[in-house]
Amino acid sequence: MQELEEYRPIVGSDTLEELRLLGRRLAGKSVLHVNSTAVGGGVAEILNRLVPLMRELGLTAGWDVVKGGDAFHAATKKFHNALHGEKEEIGPRDYAIYEQTLDENLAAMKLDADIVFIHDPQPAGLVKVRIPGRNRWIWRCHIDLSRPDASLWGFLKGYVERYDACVFSAPSFSQELPITQVLIPPSIDPLSDKNRDMAAEEIDAILARLQIPRDRPLVTQVSRFDRLKDPLGVIEAFKMAKVYSNARLLLVGGTADDDPEGAQVLSRVREKAREDPDIMVLCLPPTSHLEINAIQRASTVILQKSVREGFGLTVAEALWKGKPVIAGAVGGIPMQITHRFSGILTRSIEGTSYWLKQLLNEPAFARRLGESGREHVKQNFLITRQLRDYLLLFLAVENPGMDMIRL
Amino acid sequence: MILRAKEPFHFYSRLTLTVLTGEKTSNLAGLLDHLRNAPDMVVYQHTHRFLQQHQSLVPEPPNDFAYWVTHTLLDEDLGERLSAIDATRFDSLRALRDALAATISRALQGSGRRIDAPSGKEFYFMRAVRFSLPTDHYAFDLREFLDRLNRVSLSSLYLHIFEARLRPPLGVNDFSLWFEKELGEKELAAAVDRLDPYTQTMEGLRRRIAGLVEERLEGMADAGA
Repeated sequence: MQELEEYRPIVGSDTLEELRLLGRRLAGKSVLHVNSTAVGGGVAEILNRLVPLMRELGLTAGWDVVKGGDAFHAATKKFHNALHGEKEEIGPRDYAIYEQTLDENLAAMKLDADIVFIHDPQPAGLVKVRIPGRNRWIWRCHIDLSRPDASLWGFLKGYVERYDACVFSAPSFSQELPITQVLIPPSIDPLSDKNRDMAAEEIDAILARLQIPRDRPLVTQVSRFDRLKDPLGVIEAFKMAKVYSNARLLLVGGTADDDPEGAQVLSRVREKAREDPDIMVLCLPPTSHLEINAIQRASTVILQKSVREGFGLTVAEALWKGKPVIAGAVGGIPMQITHRFSGILTRSIEGTSYWLKQLLNEPAFARRLGESGREHVKQNFLITRQLRDYLLLFLAVENPGMDMIRL
Repeated sequence: MILRAKEPFHFYSRLTLTVLTGEKTSNLAGLLDHLRNAPDMVVYQHTHRFLQQHQSLVPEPPNDFAYWVTHTLLDEDLGERLSAIDATRFDSLRALRDALAATISRALQGSGRRIDAPSGKEFYFMRAVRFSLPTDHYAFDLREFLDRLNRVSLSSLYLHIFEARLRPPLGVNDFSLWFEKELGEKELAAAVDRLDPYTQTMEGLRRRIAGLVEERLEGMADAGA
């Protein structure tokens, strides 16, 4: 487990000093995080790192998980999809299972911490037992709420309104609510396998093992084989740009065996890729963090041509490696890329192709974008910034309605 | 002989939490309407806070309004005019807001073709909650100042150099005020006051200030020799 001190060479002493000063103001405060899983998924991954760091700063930080059976998980999976704007059949039974499971959890949980920090919709309803004024409650929504199913949101909103504050990852995810809504984007951990520094020999060895040739420029998209990531559009854009370049394209994604639509997309991508020997398709298991890290570092240009996106942290991962990135202007991506300053934002296959050609043929400009992008991520999208924002949020909920808080 | 101040310079950090107001607009008329009634901390968020968040970029996109007008509404003419409004030279957020609003209002009176932002690309109004955090760093003379300057955070630098101009004495940065008032260093104070946040990163700015202080210390050493 990483200690705060290990981040010093990356973020600098001043950042650690600010965190410690904030920690002093919050020393002894108890914070209880609650989510729906201890392992797997982005929320568990970030809590695994944030909770120990909060403890190191002097907070009494805990983490609890709501337990539920298959029916609860099936219902909340439907909730998740519907909040993302997908069509789902949610009936009275789903709501009843949700309520009943949370009641069972409440019987065994102690929610008396100074700050109760609930993550995502699954445990949101725990707030029903809150006694106003006794402690502070925060709801952290990690998902894209820009197009939620109205009826489901109507149900959840009744709970969300009982919190002191809620947190969203992007401005477009915010809702009409009578409580304070705070913007805290997610972050990447620069010390994780996916992002840590790598020696050239390590990168070479991994690329050799994966049989990825290095003799020509490499254009890469790392993402699930999902139509919303537009892998077929990536291939088209690459083919158009290839007229002026000798680059290769690599599409790297996870295996899609359990996702019928993903398998279909992968099969079409493979079919299209067969038409061109310069296009490679690589399926890797979800634990291939070092492999993804090496591939990103070996790439010349990285694409993330999403047509819809939650936050799109693969963009921050690529920028952190100093790579020039061309990405769709959707979801949280415009927060990570300032067009023509720290990367390129596009809206079409043609635009992606145009900029790909530019970056492949203007390496100095591409390098400048990559350098600026890395610096932008360093300032705004590393885990230490997210930790700082959470500490500020804890102080803000203790001082409601104030625009200037003197510590 | 290096002069010691009676009152030390105490470095503070300025930290900010972003609050979503739930208000958004997709066109220029809406932007003007919201901006005219915007509280100070909304103006701060989209100008000073934006500048801090993008301080690593050179040249730096100057404020959120200019960036959105240029890249989403594709109005380069107005974008250019809004970019030229230097947030750090206003001594009140109200005056800054009025200058931004007047520029947009003039553009709306023109005859140019206007487009609406596509869905998902609207301008979202946000508000800053600011935190003032005293650090453990104090300086009584220029040598100590130089040492502490190299230790404090970039947000501290921004606070003392640019945001300081928003509070009394208006229009003056904290460093220049201390140099002049406590140490009698008028020229150094004026040189620091001329530094531009838009054409260099905050790290670059730190190096420039450190360079100015070092030069002054060398000058003192030469004079004493």
